[in-house]
Amino acid sequence: MSRSPENVVRYATVTRVNHWITAICFVLLTLSGLAMFHPIFFFLSALFGGGQWTRAVHPWIGIALVASYAGLVAQFWRENMWNQDDTAWVRKFDLILQNQEEGVPEVGQFNAGQKFVFWAMVLLIPALLFTGLVIWEVYFGGLTPLLAQRIAVLLHSFAAIAAIAVWITHVYAGIWVRGSLRAMTRGDVTPGWAWRHHRKWLRELARRKSSGPQPRAEGTP
Amino acid sequence: MSELQSQDYIRRSASTLTPPSARRHEQEVAKLIDVSRCIGCKACQSACMEWNDLRGEVGHFEGSYDNPKDLDPNTWTLMRFTEWENDKGDLEWLIRKDGCMHCEDPGCLKACPAPGAIVQYANGIVDFNSDACIGCGYCVKGCPFDIPRVSPVDHKSYKCTLCSDRVSVGLEPACVKACPTGAIMFGSKSDMTAWAGERVAELKSRGFADAGLYDPAGVGGTHVMYVLHHADRPSIYAGLPDRPAISPFVGLWKGAVKPLAVAGIALAAIAGFFHSVVAGPNEVEPEDEANGRRLLDQQDDAR
Ligand code: HEM
Ligand code: SF4
Repeated sequence: MSRSPENVVRYATVTRVNHWITAICFVLLTLSGLAMFHPIFFFLSALFGGGQWTRAVHPWIGIALVASYAGLVAQFWRENMWNQDDTAWVRKFDLILQNQEEGVPEVGQFNAGQKFVFWAMVLLIPALLFTGLVIWEVYFGGLTPLLAQRIAVLLHSFAAIAAIAVWITHVYAGIWVRGSLRAMTRGDVTPGWAWRHHRKWLRELARRKSSGPQPRAEGTP
Repeated sequence: MSELQSQDYIRRSASTLTPPSARRHEQEVAKLIDVSRCIGCKACQSACMEWNDLRGEVGHFEGSYDNPKDLDPNTWTLMRFTEWENDKGDLEWLIRKDGCMHCEDPGCLKACPAPGAIVQYANGIVDFNSDACIGCGYCVKGCPFDIPRVSPVDHKSYKCTLCSDRVSVGLEPACVKACPTGAIMFGSKSDMTAWAGERVAELKSRGFADAGLYDPAGVGGTHVMYVLHHADRPSIYAGLPDRPAISPFVGLWKGAVKPLAVAGIALAAIAGFFHSVVAGPNEVEPEDEANGRRLLDQQDDAR
């Protein structure tokens, strides 16, 4: 275990595995989907063994994504409920973007931006699933009228573009806010990171002494 | 079907560049199906199977002359029979040879995401290059006539080729050759339009006041045309679309959405990059670490 004993545990191992399965599925879906979306991306189909394979494998990865994201939703929907602090945080978004922490309300386990990503995907992934099933030619091609299929493929591409845009924001935030990636690669964050970005959460952890962010000894989960 | 001489493409699916188009002087061709002369013998349907070497599964009698019931990957043309009661209360037996219309503006080609899987030759024929086909079924959604069928065996889409292989060596399509009554004619589009005019005039003289040529403008005209005795209502002929056009949903999907979406994704990525250049990374400062540590230590001490 490469967690530092000085650090605060942010995600359990099972959560991180779940997250990475979701992330891998999403990236593969984006690559295979874009290959079929626009000719300038068709070369990406080579990554999947050609056009036929790309077409065949994409919906199955989609099913895996739905199952995997359902796991994240089950773990995190409570922490992602919107509250007044989030609204106050959003009002200060210009300061946040300018890297100024002064005057930005303290944040609990997740900030409003993270909650937005969470709920946007809660909306978009099922939308992609249902529209995707309608246009899954091999199994469901003949089951719906052509009009439904035409609308479904249009909505699928809208939802995909929206999801990709949300995902770019998500990844960028993870890179821009230094020290965040560690939460997903190793499961812990430094106390300073928690203080700076999720101070309420850190206070809460400190208050609950027993389950608090005890500096972990090597080997303990 | 198969890749012919690539210098006479005028359209090529999923291609952002101009396809090879050195030989633009070629005559546009057309097949003219005169339903008023068709006797429903299905010679054309058999000839199509013969020439293209297609053998569908033997199915079941469905209580109708339509056999098989619908187009399928092995049935590229199909006789559709309609018993229609006219305004006088008389029965008219309408027989239409269904198949690809070889649209001037093909919805299948517009929808296709696989580069070069659907092409249109300078003579107007729309052809599927099965080798490049990925089996997604987008052509099915794009086609206003509900023609292409994706094979569950090899996951390739199939339809009438207008016998592009025969036409390219100066032969007429197999169905044209087989038709015993001359109901199917083949030639240049202008010749076929002129011939249709004569046929329509004759039908009108025989009392079919609404006779006319079906060459629908909504898809830019077609390279398979019908002479109909009731051209005012094509849909009585087993659902021939009255005003076929590429669906506006397909138009939007393959039109504005694609460039806008690509631009949007690119912008999001570029915006992130420049935000990081302008605002710099959001680093945890040493005092944050000190504050975080202190908060935790206080709790440890209180324990
Ligand atoms: C959630 C389950 C999903 C299912 C069942 C699904 C299914 C499908 C199917 C059946 C197609 C048509 C091509 C083919 O047959 O492979 C397709 C196309 C596509 N998918 Fe998905 N998909 C899912 C999720 C996603 C996700 C998460 C993304 C990306 C964020 C995505 C992006 C795309 C794109 C861009 C296309 C091409 C659309 C177009 O041509 O306009 N899909 N999907
Ligand atoms: S009838 Fe359908 S398959 Fe034939 S060219 Fe037109 S859109 Fe394509």
